Amino acid sequence: MTESLSLEIRALHEVSLTVNGELKTVRAYPMERLLDVLRHQLGLTGAKEGCGEGECGSCSVLLNDALVNSCLVPVLQAKDADIVTIEGLAAGVQLDVLQEAFLKSGGAQCGICTPGMILAAHHLLRRKPNPTTEEIREGLSGNLCRCTGYIQIVEAVAEAARRRAAA
Amino acid sequence: MAVIRDVMPAFQLFQPTSIADAQKLLEQHAQDAWVMAGGLDSFDWLKDRIKKPKALVDLSGVEELKGIRTINDGIEIGAMTTLTEVVRNPVIQQKYGLLGQAAELVASPQIRNQGTLGGNVSQDARCWYYRAGWPCYRAGGNICYADTPVGRNREHAILHAERCVAVNPSDSSPALIALDAKFVIRTPKGERVVDAEDYFIGPDTDITRMNILQPGYLLTAIRIPSTWAGARFYFEKVRDRNVWDFPLMNVASAMVLSGDSIERIRIAVNGAAARPLRLKAVEDAVRGKPRSPATGEMAGRLAVQGAVPLQFNGYKIPLMRNLVKRSISGVQEATWAS
Repeated sequence: MTESLSLEIRALHEVSLTVNGELKTVRAYPMERLLDVLRHQLGLTGAKEGCGEGECGSCSVLLNDALVNSCLVPVLQAKDADIVTIEGLAAGVQLDVLQEAFLKSGGAQCGICTPGMILAAHHLLRRKPNPTTEEIREGLSGNLCRCTGYIQIVEAVAEAARRRAAA
Repeated sequence: MAVIRDVMPAFQLFQPTSIADAQKLLEQHAQDAWVMAGGLDSFDWLKDRIKKPKALVDLSGVEELKGIRTINDGIEIGAMTTLTEVVRNPVIQQKYGLLGQAAELVASPQIRNQGTLGGNVSQDARCWYYRAGWPCYRAGGNICYADTPVGRNREHAILHAERCVAVNPSDSSPALIALDAKFVIRTPKGERVVDAEDYFIGPDTDITRMNILQPGYLLTAIRIPSTWAGARFYFEKVRDRNVWDFPLMNVASAMVLSGDSIERIRIAVNGAAARPLRLKAVEDAVRGKPRSPATGEMAGRLAVQGAVPLQFNGYKIPLMRNLVKRSISGVQEATWAS
């Protein structure tokens, strides 16, 4: 009976998931990383592989509203899930307030960490629309940046929060 | 561009949806089975091709294992409940804040969103050599690479080492021991409930395992009795980086005062040995004593009795002494002595 629960991991399986509001069906190996499926099959190259072990956060995406490292999620655990990547944040050519704030504050330099940073900030602002500096730092603590020294990034998130409050 | 399709060795993958099926699968596949909870510890082992299980049981579809419930006397936390849910739970915040503090200091927000309480307490040992696939004692070999004059052992054990000197890196475990939690295990013979401190084992009991789970066993839930609800709690974690890192050491205490004196207390540390240690002798020695720097000092000295440093982890002895002291008399009153 329990054998029927088995899945062949060297075979491709159909996996449906909602990505940035669109239902997608991919054929993937069950233990493939969500990151690889997003990048190679769906062409969503915003999420980056930095460390591949959960330290840098540059592969961060939202999975059912939770910020996760997509390099540590087997695609089987993303089956039927709702995924938001950096590509899903802007409305067409209209950038999200956070993206604009990062541009304005110089929160992005080489850009590798930026998609993950912005998603971590987005995730934070959903729960805490008016975060303190300490809360911003904690909310971004799973994301490494090797260029900015973080100050402009923290400023960008505070700026986005102010703009959202004013809107 | 190269596309890595087979990120890990092949195995039979199972996705049960009930505790009964999951337990049955673990029993059928016995030594060949691997349990995957949040997947964070599992993914490293599998991607590095160090561990090669024949059957992997993914628990992510077992809804019965998720969530926090109020029970007769306290609360029950499903083993697959995420650390973020533990941190945000209002009952835990109000009554069992010690566990919330510990869970919030685990790794990073991303990892707490994915990692589970059952996985955090059941994760494998931290040792560079073991994790890199060296054929050490814990891996079934007959040598320890860390316990040599040049071995990298700054992170390793100072207490109860027995051939293997690796440590248990869990932050939630000492908090659960201090709260007198009970671990609920489904076995082939039915349900078994054990005290938190008895869930963990050291190399003197079995050098290849971190806990009492045997083939066919599944940790299903953790119960916290109301015994220590609202007590005075202390949790501190010391690590190299203030995020993501495992503890060099941590301490958890729950205390009830009567006037100025310590009426009841439980203390545990982790990062000192291969299992989180409940400091029973310290608890006995400070019970009835005033909660003072002098009592903290005495407790700290008692806690490190028998500690044996390796080449590069001698600092862990004053670290543990001071952490235990702080866990009793607080940060303000304690001064750091090297």
